[in-house]
Amino acid sequence: MADLKLTDVAKAYGSVKVLENINLDIKQGELIVFVGPSGCGKSTLLRMIAGLEKITGGTLEIDGRVVNNVPPSQRGIAMVFQSYALYPHMTVRDNMAFALKIAKKSKEEIDAAVTKAAKILQLDPYLDRLPKALSGGQRQRVAIGRAIVRDPKVYLFDEPLSNLDAALRVATRIEIAQLKENMPESTMVYVTHDQVEAMTLASRIVVLAGGGISQVGTPLQLYEKPENEFVAQFIGSPAMNLLPGEVVETGERTVVRMEGGGTAVSHYATTDADKGAKVKIGVRPEDFREADGGDYIFEGKVDITEALGEVTLLYFETGDASMEDLEKGDAAVIAKLQGVHQDLRGREVKLGADPDKVHVFHEGRSLLYR
Amino acid sequence: MPIIVQGLITILIGVGGCVGYFYLSNLALDKVIFPAKETPSRRLVGAIICLIIPLGLLFFLYVGPTVFGALGIGFLALSDVSTISALLAVAVFLVATFLLFKAFNTLFPAKGSSVGDNINRANAVRPWLFLFPAIFVLGLYLVYPVVGSFWRSLFGRNPNDFVGFGNYVSLAQSPDFRISFFNNFLWAIVVPAASTFLGLLVAQLTDKLSWGNIAKSLIFMPMAISFVGASLIWKFVYANDADIGLINAVRAMFGFDNPIDVLQIPFWNNFFLMVILIWIQTGFAMVILSAALRGIPEETIEAAILDGANPWQLFFKIKVPQIMATIVVVWTTITILVLKVFDIVYTMTGGNFGTEILPSYMMDFMFRDDGRATAIAFVIMLVVLPVMVWNIIEARKETR
Repeated sequence: MADLKLTDVAKAYGSVKVLENINLDIKQGELIVFVGPSGCGKSTLLRMIAGLEKITGGTLEIDGRVVNNVPPSQRGIAMVFQSYALYPHMTVRDNMAFALKIAKKSKEEIDAAVTKAAKILQLDPYLDRLPKALSGGQRQRVAIGRAIVRDPKVYLFDEPLSNLDAALRVATRIEIAQLKENMPESTMVYVTHDQVEAMTLASRIVVLAGGGISQVGTPLQLYEKPENEFVAQFIGSPAMNLLPGEVVETGERTVVRMEGGGTAVSHYATTDADKGAKVKIGVRPEDFREADGGDYIFEGKVDITEALGEVTLLYFETGDASMEDLEKGDAAVIAKLQGVHQDLRGREVKLGADPDKVHVFHEGRSLLYR
Repeated sequence: MPIIVQGLITILIGVGGCVGYFYLSNLALDKVIFPAKETPSRRLVGAIICLIIPLGLLFFLYVGPTVFGALGIGFLALSDVSTISALLAVAVFLVATFLLFKAFNTLFPAKGSSVGDNINRANAVRPWLFLFPAIFVLGLYLVYPVVGSFWRSLFGRNPNDFVGFGNYVSLAQSPDFRISFFNNFLWAIVVPAASTFLGLLVAQLTDKLSWGNIAKSLIFMPMAISFVGASLIWKFVYANDADIGLINAVRAMFGFDNPIDVLQIPFWNNFFLMVILIWIQTGFAMVILSAALRGIPEETIEAAILDGANPWQLFFKIKVPQIMATIVVVWTTITILVLKVFDIVYTMTGGNFGTEILPSYMMDFMFRDDGRATAIAFVIMLVVLPVMVWNIIEARKETR
């Protein structure tokens, strides 16, 4: 129930800089998701907000108060850990009541808070059990309950679903979404490496990479208007295709001549200065369509087809790309066409795209949304 | 016989005996007693193999001494077995085996539906086959001495003089016994409590220190010293001379000129003796508890920090409960050790000045009045037993 403000926050272990120049304004009631590849510092950032890691530069404000040196328990935050971190020797009830007991709240107050949280999370039947007698999903609910009981200003979630199996993950994700809906005024910060979680839960996503923030925006902003190649490839699955080319026409619309022979047209405006620039054209697999006339962006031989029923994935041969790159999803050009197209295997196919869906990147940055 | 050859033969007999036992016993089980295949000849062959090896062994034991004896080498102690008794033994063995073979054939035929039953029976017996050597050896070296000791404790100084529970009665009436029982009770409370507490304290305090491992090594070192060695060291610490004894040196520093002998202070001298064992055992407690503390998931500690727990609450409400099982195991292990330590009292005071404890009290009677000594031994065992049972239960809980 509070704003969260990070100004030039930095983290360094000795001379190794892990995070730098983190500026973030989180409004009350938002659910902010940190995503990024492993080791990008998203968990570290969350732990810095929690107070479990020291902030080595910049300021962190919660509700307008600088809390850099405030002990974790007085920051008004509660955290849900990936490994649940339940106290194994306490019953579910005691686990949830621990913080209140430490705070010396009255017995009635504790009981009321625990009962309320248990009701929200449907944990009533398990209150007197030990954590080891619960399933993974129930344990994670207890961990969430432990956070709710404290009635914090900010909820912090550190990959809360990573330890659950696929089915439970979906169910728990929906539970968290409902929880957020029931507590619209509470602020939540959520760390995950799972795109689907990020896209479905977030009011805004913060993409972290290389020790800094790559882009901040609503899920659809990140999908539709990625500001750089990293975000473009990180959001969406399969990743966006990037193809090299050269700007030949600027102005109201931008025309790029592709190295592979085709021409790409984008409806976004560019300036004269961009003419002749070596750029990369980004097209999402799902935005490709079969080009009928001479107007195409990419031409290639279909190497593999994967028919999923509603869509078909086409993997194209790209000369120097090895099988390994294909597996990583790099280097290969992928198109996702509606319907079943298994007959395209081994054939030469020309692909085009709607000019609105064509992205242009120059030296890693988007030319369109600068 | 050269000692190396003796050693090699011992190893051969040992390993060969083990392998042979498991091979033959399984062969007997699967092929002779409960065969699973309808081939009577296999059963016969199996029976013969099972027979030949023990017979060969018997032959070896009988002939071996004769042959080696002729070569002037001593071999086992069976050389006085007469030819007739050996032949008789072989004959009895043969007849018994043949009768057993007949009995198995009629009881557990390897035909039709009984084949499946045979497999089940064999599998039901097999665990006992593997357990037998251990049970046998444990029985021989643990159970038999217990029973034997108890039996001996029913006799007086003269082993032919049956006194019933007379030894126990006179123990109960002896003031010396009561003193040592009470002292032993003190030891069993104070030493495990102090060692475990100090061990836990050291484990927690050294956990995050850069020089923690050095401190731990130093504290662990007394573990490597024998009780008698440790007693000697502490005899100097307690020496009744300000130039030698640490305690009297400190006293002298504060201006007391008359040195005292702490081992002669009634009642409190017991505690000065206990300090020695605490000094030794703290290292043991520390090592195990330190490992247990490190096994606590870091997240539960972080969660407790977020929940607002201060360092004391963190330690007593989060860490200690999570390693409670280990603490109990350490505590009871030290208790059991305490109940059998006699060296310290024996070397420091010899049980004088009211410092006697049960094991050293037992030593006083050993070889002079074995009936009484075994009676004390039996009392010690009865006292240790419940602690030991609890220890095993807790240790099992922990490994589960």
